[in-house]
Amino acid sequence: MSSSLISAKGKHPGESVIPFRRHEPGTQPDSFYPAYRATRLRAPSQPLILLPHTLSEVTGPVFGHSNIHPNDQDLTVQHAGEPLGERIIVRGRVLDGDGRAVSNSLIEIWQANAAGRYAHAKDDHPAPLDPNFTGTGRTLTDKDGFYSFVTVKPGAYPWRNHDNAWRPAHIHFSLFGPAFVTRLITQMYFPGDPLFAFDPILQSIPDERARQRLVSKFDLETTKPEWALGYRFDIVLRGRESTPFER
Amino acid sequence: MTMDFTPTPSQTVGPYLHLGLTDARSILRVAGDGAKGERVWLTFRVLDGEGVPVPDAMIEVWQADSEGNYAHHDAAEENAAFRGFGRLATEEDGSCTFETIKPGCVPGPGEAVQAPHINVSILGRGILKRLSTRLYFGGEPANATDPVLALVPGNRRATLLARPDPARSDNWILDVHLRGKSETVFFDV
Repeated sequence: MSSSLISAKGKHPGESVIPFRRHEPGTQPDSFYPAYRATRLRAPSQPLILLPHTLSEVTGPVFGHSNIHPNDQDLTVQHAGEPLGERIIVRGRVLDGDGRAVSNSLIEIWQANAAGRYAHAKDDHPAPLDPNFTGTGRTLTDKDGFYSFVTVKPGAYPWRNHDNAWRPAHIHFSLFGPAFVTRLITQMYFPGDPLFAFDPILQSIPDERARQRLVSKFDLETTKPEWALGYRFDIVLRGRESTPFER
Repeated sequence: MTMDFTPTPSQTVGPYLHLGLTDARSILRVAGDGAKGERVWLTFRVLDGEGVPVPDAMIEVWQADSEGNYAHHDAAEENAAFRGFGRLATEEDGSCTFETIKPGCVPGPGEAVQAPHINVSILGRGILKRLSTRLYFGGEPANATDPVLALVPGNRRATLLARPDPARSDNWILDVHLRGKSETVFFDV
């Protein structure tokens, strides 16, 4: 068992710690973005304190196949019947900051149904629930970093952030990657959505190219004839600094 | 064509995080029955900039075992003695409680030794990118020489120190103030 633990008792503490690269300015959302009203009371006002990476930051939880069921990556087969809506395949690759595959890594997704309603007690949008759709999936990336889900295209839905506010259709993604610092929770959008310009959650990312990274692309290669449209969504997690950490 | 490997931007976990992450996927026991060490419970209470409890946040914890080792086996394994990882949604009162063991000291950076600590992530509606902080144990002698606490201005250090529940000394409590006068120290990790 001890071989599966990262030892704290090396002769030279800290020598094996290779830090992860920091984000480029503008490529991540601002925490405080008043147009997204909930940030006004929930975003820190003090500057963050820069933390040098130690074993605590460069290690992270590992998830195996033990809790993944074959139906977890097909959201259309989790109930007695098929959900209503447009069946889609979402496929992509998880890479690190150097373009290397992130393999055997947990991805969890959740989403609204085709009518724009979540199977959640607190969603009171007056759109129909679908008894054949929960909207939850999980999978591990394969050895080359690829994943895929079968689901239905989620609907747009209103929220109360501002007058006549609507969220563009999206699927929530949660990824761990190899370390505490590679944890990522994000949202995947669909190409050409007219709601992008009005959505403060997407617009909270200052850099336009960075925003575009959250928009999946229609992919004929992923599309299956006579069955479902395919969308491609690649995800990049933070990579390590190229040179080992020097004391 | 050169590929751009800039990391994908973060987005909020939103108000329906439970559907994907905690309804069936909570991990309350960071350390199971077989784990060595001093058994403790950790209660986090998340409060917004007006001191109002946040009932729709999620806390994730990552910690070393009692000897200062980080686990590298399946964190979702039901029978794992020590997972090192936990995650829970906050309740209506903004709180959640993990069962674990007190971690040991962890090495680094350099020759320094870190005091026992829990690495904490806070996610929620209105939180566009994960907030990272640490829980230290109030009254722990090793805190005095901890290299990370040393980076924190003295007048804000207390925001990272959990206190024992007066009714139950093995239950440690940490209030996480997202914003405002008593704002918790958050780290750029």
